[in-house]
Amino acid sequence: MRELTNAICARAKELLQSGAAGRVLGWAPGEFFYDPTPGVFSEGRLNELVYDGFTAANLSKYCIAESQKEGKVLVLLKPCDSYSLAQLVKEHRVKRENIYALGIPCEGKLDMRKARAKGVEGALSFREEDGQVVFETLYGEVRLAREELLLERCLCCRGREYAGVDETLEYALPELPKRDRFQKVAALEEQTAQERYAFWRGELSKCIRCNACRNVCPACSCVQCVFDNPQSGVAAKANSTEFEESLFHIIRAWHVAGRCTDCGECSRVCPQSIPLHLLNRKFIKDVNELYGEYQAGADPAARPPLVNYTPEDPEPSAVLERGRA
Amino acid sequence: MSLYAMDRARLGELYEALGALGRVYLPTRKNGASAFLPYGEEGSEADLSLLLCDKSPKDLFFPQSEELVKFRLTGAEIALQEAARQKEPFVLFGVKACDLQAIEVLDRVFLAEPVDSFYQSRREHATVVALACARPAESCFCTAFGIDPTSPQGPCDAVAWLTESALYLRPCTEKGETIVSCFAGFAPADEKEVAAQQAAARAVLGRLPYGQLDLSRFGEASDELALFDHPAWEELSAHCLGCGSCTFSCPTCQCYDIRDYDTGKGVLRFRCWDSCMYKDFTMMAHGTPRKTQKERFRQRFLHKLVYYPKNNGGLFSCVGCGRCVKKCPANLHMIRVAKALGGEPRAQ
Amino acid sequence: MPLNTSAPAQTGEYRPLIVAFCCNWCSYAGADLAGSSRLTYPADVKIIRVPCSCRVNPLFVLKAFERGADGVILCGCHPGDCHYTTGNYYTRRRMTLLFSMLDYLGIERERTRVEWVSAAEGAKFSATMNDFARTIRALGENRKLRDLRCGN
Repeated sequence: MRELTNAICARAKELLQSGAAGRVLGWAPGEFFYDPTPGVFSEGRLNELVYDGFTAANLSKYCIAESQKEGKVLVLLKPCDSYSLAQLVKEHRVKRENIYALGIPCEGKLDMRKARAKGVEGALSFREEDGQVVFETLYGEVRLAREELLLERCLCCRGREYAGVDETLEYALPELPKRDRFQKVAALEEQTAQERYAFWRGELSKCIRCNACRNVCPACSCVQCVFDNPQSGVAAKANSTEFEESLFHIIRAWHVAGRCTDCGECSRVCPQSIPLHLLNRKFIKDVNELYGEYQAGADPAARPPLVNYTPEDPEPSAVLERGRA
Repeated sequence: MSLYAMDRARLGELYEALGALGRVYLPTRKNGASAFLPYGEEGSEADLSLLLCDKSPKDLFFPQSEELVKFRLTGAEIALQEAARQKEPFVLFGVKACDLQAIEVLDRVFLAEPVDSFYQSRREHATVVALACARPAESCFCTAFGIDPTSPQGPCDAVAWLTESALYLRPCTEKGETIVSCFAGFAPADEKEVAAQQAAARAVLGRLPYGQLDLSRFGEASDELALFDHPAWEELSAHCLGCGSCTFSCPTCQCYDIRDYDTGKGVLRFRCWDSCMYKDFTMMAHGTPRKTQKERFRQRFLHKLVYYPKNNGGLFSCVGCGRCVKKCPANLHMIRVAKALGGEPRAQ
Repeated sequence: MPLNTSAPAQTGEYRPLIVAFCCNWCSYAGADLAGSSRLTYPADVKIIRVPCSCRVNPLFVLKAFERGADGVILCGCHPGDCHYTTGNYYTRRRMTLLFSMLDYLGIERERTRVEWVSAAEGAKFSATMNDFARTIRALGENRKLRDLRCGN
């Protein structure tokens, strides 16, 4: 990984020197090995930049604010992140002329939560060795298969394609597993309504309404969210009731339906481990099945499915005739 | 006071027996997250060996949302109905030293004049059993605040230690004694195993990366203005997303908002947790006093490290539990902030 | 605004509360025609007139459930006949996805419906409402998607 980081830094440095950009939006080291934070680097500080198994944050969201500043920013985008930026560009949420997007390769990011659940306690450092992640901990060494620790979104990696980047950095990395991202959604669809209700109550009742899912989401780019607007009639700071939990999560997913690139940030950051991506993927799956395959961010010219129609669209009753009641 | 021990295999029986003292709240896994939940709920698994629950025990005394008063409209009449205070006793079992200190922090806020009677009624009806830590995590930094996780001290009725084979309990109040008397499985025990566990845990504590986090610039005697104007805030807060995951996971954050909900037949006044990270925090007619995320971010950390200690005899309102370390989506947590402010300003 | 007037009537018979969003140009006129043709539909149905079915934000549907509705039905011009040319095509996509999501969360799928009713279809309006009210009555009270605070 060090080699790749060096390659990224070297290319970033060239771009800064050539005047293509004035600063770099990347990942700065944290206080542990697993907590890097988005950071902006000048040329002199590029040596601080990190890129490893834990630099999972999708930097597209930060482009909204960064692109409003003076000068051009070089942003490092993993393949899936690039779709988020492309979607933001399509929605005129970022000033594209202030951004130089460098696509960087990715071999899947790691989930510290999974590591902890698998018995990694007191982890002090990590290294990667032939498909294994080795943690040095307060209680000894723990080795786990890399695949077991991949973030949910990386288990269903869409591949190595980038959307709308100015340039990509070529670097050979091992292939990621390619699982069907709709598997869990389909399994839920197969259940009875009562089972689905029980599943979602169990998950959504954990919500603490911290809004991390919304605030981290690159598609949630409203200056003021409807849930923060006291005039909207739905503003609420806490889940006083079951209803509010459901309402918030349905509408959060709804507002990004057709625009969500499935980057998985919502589930990654949820402090209560709610599988929020299953709500987004439901909309994506429905859109794909009913209106044709659509990948948000992929095609700058395509009309998003919810501001589009055909006279032959199925009637709403059609979806209710599918699956089990 | 004397030490008692019971067979670890009989913990289930203990929980059942504690039911005689009220509802029993235990560190519990449910649906892939953990919190202090009532014992025996379907689909839940009580587990005393959990180091820290995702949600702190704060909820038991200061719930995320609670009803205060109901206004019911019938014609021109408005009937007021105040929400009931806690009347049923309950047992909170397995509070770690950091979370226990957090209760002390909350007490000083809610039990000071004017006393918050909702909070007070819950505190009075609780029997709190603290539990020593045997296997601290790398994200723990309670020792930096002078907390000894192997021997919890604070507003509790008993302290417990969980070893491979036994649960040890040392009551420290009369309420604590009732725990021993309500379960026949307790027998007087000696300190040997507890002392051995403490020694082993302390050896680990000595190796915690931030166990000795430098807090000398903070606290009661700190230079408030220098910290307020510190150049590091700009960069530290630059990528804060303004969500409330830190505040809502924090065992000591105590800010709340009071709102009215129109039920169609009346009005329900409730209070709910609020977060100083939110841009509508303390929104008033003229707007909000902290207009940028930098100001909001700074407020949260200076409150923990400076303002609260200055008002409370030096007691920090961070207890080093490390939840923010694990929860912040952008990893902008207490350790990062304390390090950035504690040392020399970073070169730009 | 108190919506939940659907408490069991004195007779003990369950009366659901149904909210019908009707577009101004077709369905609302259809309801009018039903009335002037002396065709009946249940009093359980409360009509909210909207300029176009496309005006109905999913939040409206959820809010209706929150405030105690047991069923929500949307009526608009037939596809192709929208007063604003294409509004109801968008409605169709939106409601399809919303209903599918509600179903996914385990909310009874029969509680929501979309029907296209033209200004000339008084009889269809009446029949649709009678049928929907029957369905909702059979389903009983909406418990999964209501705010309990509104109940008392």
